[in-house]
Amino acid sequence: MEAKSKKAGASRLCCLCNLRRPVLKRPKTLQQICRECFYEVFEEEIHQVIVQNRLFKSGERVAIGASGGKDSTVLAYVLSELNRRHNYGLDLFLLSIDEGITGYRDDSLETVKRNEVQYGLPLQIVSYKDLYGWTMDDIVKMIGLKNNCTFCGVFRRQALDRGAALLKVDKLVTGHNADDIAETVLLNILRGDIARLSRCTSITTGEDGPIPRCKPFKYTYEKEIIFYTYAYFKKLDYFSTECIYSPNAYRGFAREFIKDLERIRPRAILDIIKSGEDFRIATTTKMPEQGTCERCGYISSQKWCKACVLLEGLNRGLPKMGIGRPRGVNGDHKMETKKPGSVAKSIESKQCGSLDF
Amino acid sequence: MACNSSGCESGCYDREKDNGSKISVEDVVAGGGNQESVCVKCKCNEPMTFGDGGSEDGKFCAECFRNNVFGKFRLAVTSHAMITPSDNVLVAFSGGSSSRVALQFVHELQIKALKNYEASRDRSLPVFGVGVAFVDETAAFPALSTEMVDAIEWIRSTVSSLSPPAKDVYVVPVESVFGSDSLEARDRLVKLLDSVPDDTGKEDLLLHLKMLSLQKVASENGYNRLVVGSCTSRIASHVLSATVKGRGYSLSADIQHVDARWKVPIVLPLRDCVRLEITRLCHLDGLKTVELACRSQCGINDLVSSFVALLQEENPSRECTIVRTAAKLTPFYFNKIPETDDSNVPMATQRRLKRFNLKYDGSMTTEAFCPICNGPLNRSDSSDLDTFEEGQEADVLYAACCSSCRFQILPEDGSSLEQFSSFLPDHMISQVKHQKVDSQAHLREKIKDCLLLDDEEVV
Repeated sequence: MEAKSKKAGASRLCCLCNLRRPVLKRPKTLQQICRECFYEVFEEEIHQVIVQNRLFKSGERVAIGASGGKDSTVLAYVLSELNRRHNYGLDLFLLSIDEGITGYRDDSLETVKRNEVQYGLPLQIVSYKDLYGWTMDDIVKMIGLKNNCTFCGVFRRQALDRGAALLKVDKLVTGHNADDIAETVLLNILRGDIARLSRCTSITTGEDGPIPRCKPFKYTYEKEIIFYTYAYFKKLDYFSTECIYSPNAYRGFAREFIKDLERIRPRAILDIIKSGEDFRIATTTKMPEQGTCERCGYISSQKWCKACVLLEGLNRGLPKMGIGRPRGVNGDHKMETKKPGSVAKSIESKQCGSLDF
Repeated sequence: MACNSSGCESGCYDREKDNGSKISVEDVVAGGGNQESVCVKCKCNEPMTFGDGGSEDGKFCAECFRNNVFGKFRLAVTSHAMITPSDNVLVAFSGGSSSRVALQFVHELQIKALKNYEASRDRSLPVFGVGVAFVDETAAFPALSTEMVDAIEWIRSTVSSLSPPAKDVYVVPVESVFGSDSLEARDRLVKLLDSVPDDTGKEDLLLHLKMLSLQKVASENGYNRLVVGSCTSRIASHVLSATVKGRGYSLSADIQHVDARWKVPIVLPLRDCVRLEITRLCHLDGLKTVELACRSQCGINDLVSSFVALLQEENPSRECTIVRTAAKLTPFYFNKIPETDDSNVPMATQRRLKRFNLKYDGSMTTEAFCPICNGPLNRSDSSDLDTFEEGQEADVLYAACCSSCRFQILPEDGSSLEQFSSFLPDHMISQVKHQKVDSQAHLREKIKDCLLLDDEEVV
């Protein structure tokens, strides 16, 4: 009914400017709008999110986690535009992680390098090889295709923080969009992870950590990002291939479900995020105490941080260590002290111990 | 078998998960030695094979299986004081398998109570009363009228075939909440449902009206508990659909064992039983059911149900995990049977009340409820209620509703909203007005200690 009445009113013209022909129906609002208006509302919405949530302060140095994919490419472009247009007074940097995946990351890094030139943003690349002494290719060779995302995820999290520390930035922004966040909310419900459920919808996380992270695309639909890149495709240069090591069937379930929901009710994505924000989760829930890793100095709730545990496993040829239930280094520390040789050896291969937080 | 119960503190779920491979090895060893397998629990009877492709098929004998399911029901009932000897319980019976099992279990509990009563010397514990209610939705689904007549006939005969004590059967037309004049009420119901643009919204509104009619019949006939047979699977779907509809705040109110925000508290004794167990039990005990095809096949609720079914296929304990996650959300103050310091309740009954200690955060109580769905309102949603001081009735209604009802149930433009609110059952509208007064009273309560004079002029 609603769609009909709108069609009657604006079958020919964009319902925002009433001047040009509409080229798309916004998934979020179902308005039919023209390309120019789309750019404007898309960018303005992100500006509003940034302003309303006070994501940045003037004079801050901000790193954009850039993978070369559509989300981070659009984020880098839009953020540098908005920074200029609204005088945020930010120093923007591109930060890329080189996981060392041949045929995937090497190609996408080429895109980021072109973006560096196109947007004039300084680029820092941090590689797993330099930080940990292992590339993902090496890791997969050792442990196979199962569980390799655990390594990649843990390492990337730390690598981003270390890269950000190298750039001496105050904040790190990532290109997570509304679909990603809705998906995470659902997955945390399916997994029973109440602690993550309570924090996965925050627009800024890690404020107590070394470098806070934020997600300016929290309310931005993936479809609109795709349209933005599509409409801009001659200008925006991005890389689109799935990671070759991640068939990721389980996330796929949830993703498929969200796409189905969006088809019936586009608003559902925002509603899931709203639900995630509104869940009554007792704030008194005991959170793990934050300390620092004894080996590398990175934040950790345990004696050693997760990356060090995983790395230790790799270096000792026991890659299952640290996957699944915690045991081994943090749980069974006596075993470690008996073999000082192996520990000393693996510290050598970890290059990042000198980085200071 | 994992007890599947969120209330289970023994950790058997975790234990089973960890030792999963170990158990199966033992099974293989046992099965290899002896082709004639036995029930893994009692180790003497022959296990049942249902052949439904579900997990744990062919592991338990009929008796152990039955005891397990009934045990979960009984644990839920006793630990939340759902049914006590002086109660009068109304079972909401749709004819489906869950409510059939709920009826059966409540009936068995009653028989046992009767036996105890007759055997005891002082007869201090009375036997709780049981009634059965069926909601007739013919007004909403005219096409189903003949099936509905058959179903009602069947329900009457099913209930009367249960052994004594006799149970009253109430057939409630869903339009009864609109008034006693059935023609006018039916007309209002149809118009109300027609004015809801969204299919899912229509479905949810009807479900809510169904609950209201159950409440009405329960309170008019002196019942003080309403037993609803929602099983884990149903609640898991509700968790996800509520999330998808943006009802994250009120979700924790809906999924606890007890929901006393209504005049007659609702209890969910089958909350910890999954659908597979329920259907197996019906099959095992020869419990007949009748399913009326009332639900639409498109819309959010249906999509969510099929998603949950898909997940359940991939992991048989997924539904339990979903419900367990949602159960960790902080419940509301009304998610327990209100304490009775009533001297009418005999001491013997009071002594028997066992309660699980639910964690409550006193500061998180809510006073305002959405007049449409009766969901508790988040402060951020209800804050704009006061801006409509002198507004029209429809505007006030809009402001008083939760954001989910605003979107999926209320019509968008002003005139149809006006019409919509005129079709609503009268007590919903009066709730809107009360709420406004309540919220002002609440605000006043908050600043009470700063007020110098205790009359209205000060504020």
